[in-house]
Parts: sequence; C-alpha cells; structure tokens
Amino acid sequence: MTSGTRLQGPRNWGDLGLHAVDSPIQRRDPRIRVLLAGTLAVSVVTLDDLLLSALGLGLAMGLVVIARLRLRAVLAALLALDSFMVLVVALLPFSVPGEAAFHLGSVAATWQGLETAALIALKANAVLLSTLALVGTLEIVALGHALHHLYVPDKLIHLFLFTVRYLGLMHQEYTRLRQAMRARAFRARSDRHTWRSVGYLLGMLLVRSLARSERILAAMKCRGFDGRYHRLRHPPLERLDWYFGAGGLTVAAGLVAAGAL
Amino acid sequence: MHIVDGVLSPQVLLVGTTAAAGGVAVGLRRLQPDDIPRVGLLSAVFFVASLVHVPVGPASIHLVLLGLMGVLVGWASFPALLVGLLMQAVMFGYGGITVLGVNTLNMALPAVLCSHIFGPLLRRSGPQLSVVLGFLAGVVAVSLSGFMVAMALALSGEAFTLAAKATVAAHVPLMLVEGVVTAAAIGLLRRVSPSALSRGTPPAAP
Repeated sequence: MTSGTRLQGPRNWGDLGLHAVDSPIQRRDPRIRVLLAGTLAVSVVTLDDLLLSALGLGLAMGLVVIARLRLRAVLAALLALDSFMVLVVALLPFSVPGEAAFHLGSVAATWQGLETAALIALKANAVLLSTLALVGTLEIVALGHALHHLYVPDKLIHLFLFTVRYLGLMHQEYTRLRQAMRARAFRARSDRHTWRSVGYLLGMLLVRSLARSERILAAMKCRGFDGRYHRLRHPPLERLDWYFGAGGLTVAAGLVAAGAL
Repeated sequence: MHIVDGVLSPQVLLVGTTAAAGGVAVGLRRLQPDDIPRVGLLSAVFFVASLVHVPVGPASIHLVLLGLMGVLVGWASFPALLVGLLMQAVMFGYGGITVLGVNTLNMALPAVLCSHIFGPLLRRSGPQLSVVLGFLAGVVAVSLSGFMVAMALALSGEAFTLAAKATVAAHVPLMLVEGVVTAAAIGLLRRVSPSALSRGTPPAAP
C-alpha cells in the first residue's frame, strides 16, 4: 500500500452479496437471527476455556456451512479481521507473565501468553463467523425491519438505512474527485501537500453531501415524512423459527454452563 | 483503531457499553427527524473517508476524522459512529459485536468533546484561525481516542499493557496526518459553506 492512496473494501457496496443465496438460515426470521447472533456473540466472549472456544468456533463454522456462504467472502472477512487483530494478539505471548515457551532475542514468550492469544483469536473468529452467517446474510431492509421489531429507536434505524443507502453514492463522488485530481497530475506522497489536498477533497465531499441532504429532506417533506419508520410487512414467526431460536439459545446456554463448571 | 471481540474484560465491556448507550440516547434525543438526512449523509462520507489510505513515511494510514465529525454533528456522533461500526461488523464482516459499545464510546466521546471545545470557537473565528482550530481538533480527537483504546486494553488486564503502549505509539503519526487533513477540510468549509460549521442550527429553509 505504499504506492499511494488507494481504497480498500468490497467493490459491491452495501453488503458482501451474501443474501442472494437461499439456505436453511436464509428462510428463518430476521428477528430470531439478530437475537441469536447477539446471544451467541456474548456467550462465546464470556468463555475462558480453550476447548470450549474451539467448540464455539466449530459451531460458527457449522452455521457458515448451513448458510451456504461463499468461501471467498468468508475468507476475505477472516483475512480482514485477523490481519487487524495481529497487533494485539502477537504481543500477548511476550507480555503475559509465566513459564517460557521459546525465546525471541532476549524476550521470552510464555505458554500462558500463547494460550491467551489463542483464546482471543478463537473467540473473535467465532463471533465474526456466526454474525456473518446469521446477520450478514440479511438484506438491509430486512435488517431494518428486524431492528424495529426489537425496539431499536426509529431514528437510529433511519440513520442506519440512510448511511447504507448513500455510502455507494458518496464513494462514487469520492472516486470522481480523485480522478479529477489525478487528471491534474496529483500523486499521493508522504507530505503536507498530499494531506492537505486530501483534506480539501473530503471538505468538498462534505459540502456536496450537505447540499444533497437538503434536497433529500425537501423531497421527503414533500411526501409527508414525519420521522416515523414504516414497516411494509408484518410476517408472523413460523414454528420452525421458534425451534431454530430455541435450539440456538440452548447451544449458547450450554456453552456458558460448560464454561462455568 | 477499534478493538476486536474477546479481548476486553467483562467489567470494561459493561462500563463501556453502558456509557455508550447513554451517549447514543442523548444523541438520538437531540437528533430531530429533519436532521436525519444530513447526519446520515455525513456519516456515509465519514465512512468513505475511513477507507482512504494516506501515505505516511514508508507505510500508509487510514483516516478517522473524529474531530471533524464532532464539529459537524456534535452529539449525533454517538449514533452515527454506532451505525458505522455496526455496518462494518455486519456487512463488511469485521466482527466486533460485543465490543460495539466500547468502540463507539472510544470514538464518539472524543468527537463530542471536540464539538464542545472547538465548535463555539470555530463559529466566531475567521478563516485563518479556523485552520489552526481545525488542526487542534483533529489532533485532540485522535489522541484522546487512542488514549481511551489504550486505557480499555490496560484496564482489561496486565497482559495487555504492551498492546496498550503499542496503540499509543501507533497513534502518534496519525495525530499529525489527522490534524493537517482536518485543518484543510475545516478551512475549506469555513470559506465555502460557513453554515456547515454552525452545528445544531441548520440553514434556514428557503
């Protein structure tokens, strides 16, 4: 990434394109999936045992298989997470006191430290995979509905949907402005000129988005927007949804109970 | 800089999540329905900005622009950052479900503080002074945020002391870049669209 200012992130804005695939998880109710993802995440994080955390990761992998996630998308997400947590995890073996496992120069890596590092890596990956399988496969509108049913404030849902909706557009605008800079022979370097130019670019982006938001608000007012979030569908929970939720809760409770023993 | 699942101690998670929930509640109460398009679009811009990698020395850094966000949206930084982090966790697959609250707090609190310190000053200052204030806002927000991340790590156990120190060190170059970028952006806004900086008082409807 030294070649200059580049953008990272999936090219397909809005999602990883996971909801297009039909799967047993995809047919379950969004509300149950959101609740279950939260419960699983919390119960996995409370675990203190290497074996149970590994079991948690295995369960999350099972969910990924059931959800028929594309391997590429899963690997991309894992890579993003794991390259990110390297900083915290790689230092642990050297900072946890205990019995030395091996030496790196003059500092010793301890068994206890390695165990803590492995524990964190297992748990973080388990949470990521189960969230991806259960919630990442939701269409954004369905997620909005689910959050509304779960008593998340309307304003927060609106804000979420707005941000998702305009993310792609703002990114397009950014790309256009970058292209205009490139056309004037701008090259990103490590100097004040570059940083200031990026600041002007983002400032311009802000100015344009503010103007656009006023037009959007005017258009919304014109159609009677009053701050309420209107649900379009009210799907009832099916029997299978209840079974799915109960099964997931049992597994989560089992993990926590086994950890407490 | 955000923290992944499974690192923080339950106590830190509980306190951080509670504080973040309070901040989000205040932010939402102050957010009028008419503000939603503005804040929504701005948070989309800030999300795009966080994907911009800027070269620094031999490496590159991605922007956060918390100071700028605080000055532009004030308390709405809490819900806006929560939304951004949720999007990252759910749609882009970065994880971070149980640490959603702590990460929101670590980023939003410095933003809100900046809005209180620099917001009123910016409204009264001319173009030149705004650039200086913008630089300070950028530096203060990022250093505060880095400090809070380090504190969250250090409070979670002695094992993370080293990681906490590394976090602080990693934030030093970021401070400089954020300062310069924020200064330029605020200087531009001051000249092109001064009303953007008077947070809470959106431009009168035509």
